Amino acid sequence: MDTIRNAMPYLMEGLQVTLYIFIIAIILGFIIGLIVALLRLAPFKILNWIAKFFVDAIRGTPFIVQLFFIYFGLNSLGFFSMDNTTAGIVTVAINAGAYFSEIIRAGIQSIDRGQTEAARSLGLNATQNMRYIILPQAFRRMLPTITNQAIISLKDTSLLSVIGIADLTQEGRIQASQTFEAFTIYLTLGVIYFIVIYLLSMLASFVERKFVLR
Amino acid sequence: MTMIRVENLKKSFGKIEVLKDMSTVIEEKEVVCVIGPSGSGKSTFLRCLNRLEEITGGHVYIEGTDITNPKVDINKVRQDVGMVFQQFNLFPHKSVLENITLAPMKLKKSDKKAITEKAYELLDKVGLREKANAYPGELSGGQKQRVAIARALAMDPKIMLFDEPTSALDPEMVGDVLDVMKQLAVEGMTMVIVTHEMGFAREVGDRVMFIDGGYIVEENVPAELFGNPQHERTKAFLSKVL
Ligand SMILES: Nc1ncnc2c1ncn2[C@@H]1O[C@H](COP(=O)(O)OP(=O)(O)OP(=O)(O)O)[C@@H](O)[C@H]1O
Ligand SMILES: [Mg+2]
Repeated sequence: MDTIRNAMPYLMEGLQVTLYIFIIAIILGFIIGLIVALLRLAPFKILNWIAKFFVDAIRGTPFIVQLFFIYFGLNSLGFFSMDNTTAGIVTVAINAGAYFSEIIRAGIQSIDRGQTEAARSLGLNATQNMRYIILPQAFRRMLPTITNQAIISLKDTSLLSVIGIADLTQEGRIQASQTFEAFTIYLTLGVIYFIVIYLLSMLASFVERKFVLR
Repeated sequence: MTMIRVENLKKSFGKIEVLKDMSTVIEEKEVVCVIGPSGSGKSTFLRCLNRLEEITGGHVYIEGTDITNPKVDINKVRQDVGMVFQQFNLFPHKSVLENITLAPMKLKKSDKKAITEKAYELLDKVGLREKANAYPGELSGGQKQRVAIARALAMDPKIMLFDEPTSALDPEMVGDVLDVMKQLAVEGMTMVIVTHEMGFAREVGDRVMFIDGGYIVEENVPAELFGNPQHERTKAFLSKVL
């Protein structure tokens, strides 16, 4: 018990870093996902290709390679220098963005064509149709899958410890080696992640219930 | 005044030519009922009138504006051309009132209060004021279609297009929807109605247009077209449906 009590302040500090990175990255990721999905569906072949290439590149490579590429690879070019937290946020955002874009695209395509026809026949333009008619319906349908991806991204942030970010996992590792109580510390670490993810799912199902599809 | 002028309209889907060469003129306040066998191109014809389908050849003029001209602001033209679909296509995430007010709120200059008042008037007209705050999922088919008509009317269109508005309805609901359309006809709305309701076409139509194989085979006042069809294909079709 003492081990946990002593380690807790450090773990909480790590949790703060994890949540900070997660929240910023997931919001950025969602924006990226929306833009890429719209590019993917835009009536211009080149835009479709660019979007598809981006998604394929992210899906076809491991997260850790993306992280190293962005942190070590881009920094090594010498045009700018990114600190590890920024690199971590960017990687999680881009990675989540690619997966989000596929979810959003599928969501948009799942809406009946008649909705667009009704909206356009009233005189709404393509943007207004997307904004007021298609996306609100699509998001309701996508929420469970979006939550799922957000949980995966949260877990992905634990990999950021390898570039020295003092996130929850990193703090746990330090505590484990200092206290020689690896079993207790890593069990605690697991429980903390579990609780955070549980709360996240609760939040998602609350939102879902609030916006039931009629 | 001529509301719709169709000149040598052609429409292909890929290699398949669905509309081959159609020309007609529809005047203000005219009610034109379009009949014909399944797959003959009735819906496609109607959907070319507001360019919901890209037109492959010929011209369609709405109040004198050639909508096949790519420079035309089609969204502006569509505000004057209401459309009602077989499957209603109400917005399920919006209440009945919001379904009706959404487009005018975004596109019209009048203030919110006036638009809402107008929406309630339209709901009175289709007999559904008490459903203003219901959602489409809570309505019967006939109620949905009447809301869809009110939604189209909220833009103050000069022309209304109907694509088999009663075909997806239970028989006991058909009358309510047809009554609303009759009322519109009496008030002088210009209407093009694709329908299988021959009785309605005969009673309300100023003209009936028979389409087959991508052509307007013949068009005439209902009494003549139903009573004295000129073409073999019209006769064959009518003998099946009457
Ligand atoms: N988007 C499309 N792509 C390819 N072919 C199409 C498309 N829409 C319609 N068609 C074809 O065009 C022809 C005419 O279709 P249309 O829907 O206009 O017929 P219709 O007269 O309205 O028939 P119905 O009475 O069954 O509604 C049909 O052969 C149909 O298969
Ligand atoms: Mg049809």
